[in-house]
Amino acid sequence: MSSSNRPLSPHLQVYRPQITTTLSILHRITGVALAVGTLLLIYWLAAAASGPSAFASAQGLVGSVIGRLLLFGWTFALFYHLCNGIRHLVWDAGYGFEMRTAERSGLLVVAASAVLTLVSWIAGYTMMGGA
Amino acid sequence: MSLRSPLGRVRGLGSAKDGTGHWWAQRLSAIALIPLTLWFCASVIALSGADYTAVAAWVGSPVVAGLLILLIAATFYHAYLGLQVVIEDYVHRELVKIAGLLLAKAAAIVLALTGILSVLLLLFGQA
Repeated sequence: MSSSNRPLSPHLQVYRPQITTTLSILHRITGVALAVGTLLLIYWLAAAASGPSAFASAQGLVGSVIGRLLLFGWTFALFYHLCNGIRHLVWDAGYGFEMRTAERSGLLVVAASAVLTLVSWIAGYTMMGGA
Repeated sequence: MSLRSPLGRVRGLGSAKDGTGHWWAQRLSAIALIPLTLWFCASVIALSGADYTAVAAWVGSPVVAGLLILLIAATFYHAYLGLQVVIEDYVHRELVKIAGLLLAKAAAIVLALTGILSVLLLLFGQA
């Protein structure tokens, strides 16, 4: 409220970025990105429900270079938000608050998301026979 | 004794009287989404390169259709709860904030309905 002269905490930019804070804001960013990404999911389902020709153009969009880049980004965002979400649930249960533990679990989340993303795409391309 | 500031009491602001409902709903939908998301990712990978008939047959089987509807419902519920917090945190002009919240809610409902109806169409063989 504008009328109060209460002290404010310093703006975030004052602080040195750390792995915990960076991953924290990344959770929000990937969450918002995934919300936008649901547009593609619903478009794909609606196209499938509309028949073969609509589905073919949806597949064409997803299969294009831009489509694949977006899908790759969303794959990482999804796995990151999923893994970091589990990290949050562990915190909610009351575990893992030690500074070193929080940093290690953060690194684990990043590594797991990267591995899951790569494994998914390798598996997907293998299913397509390397197309 | 009231813990509310005199200004807060005059304005009628302060507690949203919502308690932990939002927090709890966000966690529950998150937990539901863990298995649903993993199942969906594995399925989409298995469907890589599949043609229309295969995808339509996959969506149109009862168990898959049911899980997809659950996935869509949990996804858009969770997405709205998350977007709501982001908007409330970063948008401070009251009118823009309310407009953003309503827009996010409307978009979530329209997209969820479109997705669920698409699944039902494929399930009942209208496509």
